[in-house]
Amino acid sequence: MSMNLLNLLRRRTGSAPVARERLQILLAHERGLRSQPDLLDVLRAEILAVVSRHVVLDPEKVIVRMDRGKSVSTLEVDIELPNGFDKRMAVAS
Amino acid sequence: MAKVLVVTSGKGGVGKTTSTAALGAALAQQGQKVVVVDFDVGLRNLDLIMGAERRVVFDLINVAQGVAKLSQALIRDKRLESLWLLPASQTRDKDALTDEGVRDIIADLRTKFDWVICDSPAGIERGATLAMRYADEAVIVANPEVSSVRDADRIVGMLDSKTVKAEKGEQLKKHVLITRYDTGRAARGEMLNIDDILEILAIPLLGIIPESQDVLKASNVGSPVTLNNAASMPAKAYIEAARRLTGETVAMVVPSEQRKGFMGRLLGRRAA
Repeated sequence: MSMNLLNLLRRRTGSAPVARERLQILLAHERGLRSQPDLLDVLRAEILAVVSRHVVLDPEKVIVRMDRGKSVSTLEVDIELPNGFDKRMAVAS
Repeated sequence: MAKVLVVTSGKGGVGKTTSTAALGAALAQQGQKVVVVDFDVGLRNLDLIMGAERRVVFDLINVAQGVAKLSQALIRDKRLESLWLLPASQTRDKDALTDEGVRDIIADLRTKFDWVICDSPAGIERGATLAMRYADEAVIVANPEVSSVRDADRIVGMLDSKTVKAEKGEQLKKHVLITRYDTGRAARGEMLNIDDILEILAIPLLGIIPESQDVLKASNVGSPVTLNNAASMPAKAYIEAARRLTGETVAMVVPSEQRKGFMGRLLGRRAA
């Protein structure tokens, strides 16, 4: 009975508004991906091609990540270079 | 001019087959010649919901592969003269269905019926894409629940890109049908309400089907809910949705639950 009374008191703060907000954020993100499903792959391949022209690097160490926020989105490019990469390039050329 | 309608959702268990049977029967009751087609190869159920499971001889795959003629596979409803069923195969795997096979069958059905209603399997794989491939219109069935709405949105994206109509640059007409709706719970903020769902999906509303025991009762006896108990709340909602499909303007009524007394609500809440 006490649980039922508690529920009655809580009735105006249901969980539906949370569901609605979570869905709106998620779907805004997923719709963005849908229109450009391979954008990240394309970016990654082209960034890799440009950097590889000047630096010897491991393709596995190139990480491209997109973070979509409500007002601003960020593109994060993380490239790990081996120590002494510039010397190696000098020898190669 | 025949219309091909796909009933789809992405998520399973939201009421595609129930809705296909109910809308098909309602349209047939309104004098339209209707065929309901089960695309769920390997997991057919429309025959069971329609109460025709013991009359299946040939199926969609047999027709697609030329083993049987379309006229041999079509099953006429025992209650309604203008309602027919084309069952799916229960034994074959879903790869037995080809794009060309579906194209030819749909083209053939268009010449014989006013409405061709395709009951899509759940998911976004081949079966679901073939069910929507040749559609003119789509009914997206959704429950007022986050995963169902998310999957519905995904299906909308597919309808806008993977159908023949979309590829031709034409607009495929889409409607959302909200099923298992509980007006009381939505009003108390416990469940997504109609406005929330419509705002999120941005698709016109075809109807609101209330959560009701009548749906299970109808499926138990193998009868579309619109035939089993036409006066019930879900049947009324389906009948009105079917009228909207034919272009009629029917005012949308949010189904209201029967008023329970204070104690009834306390007890009912515990059960829920």
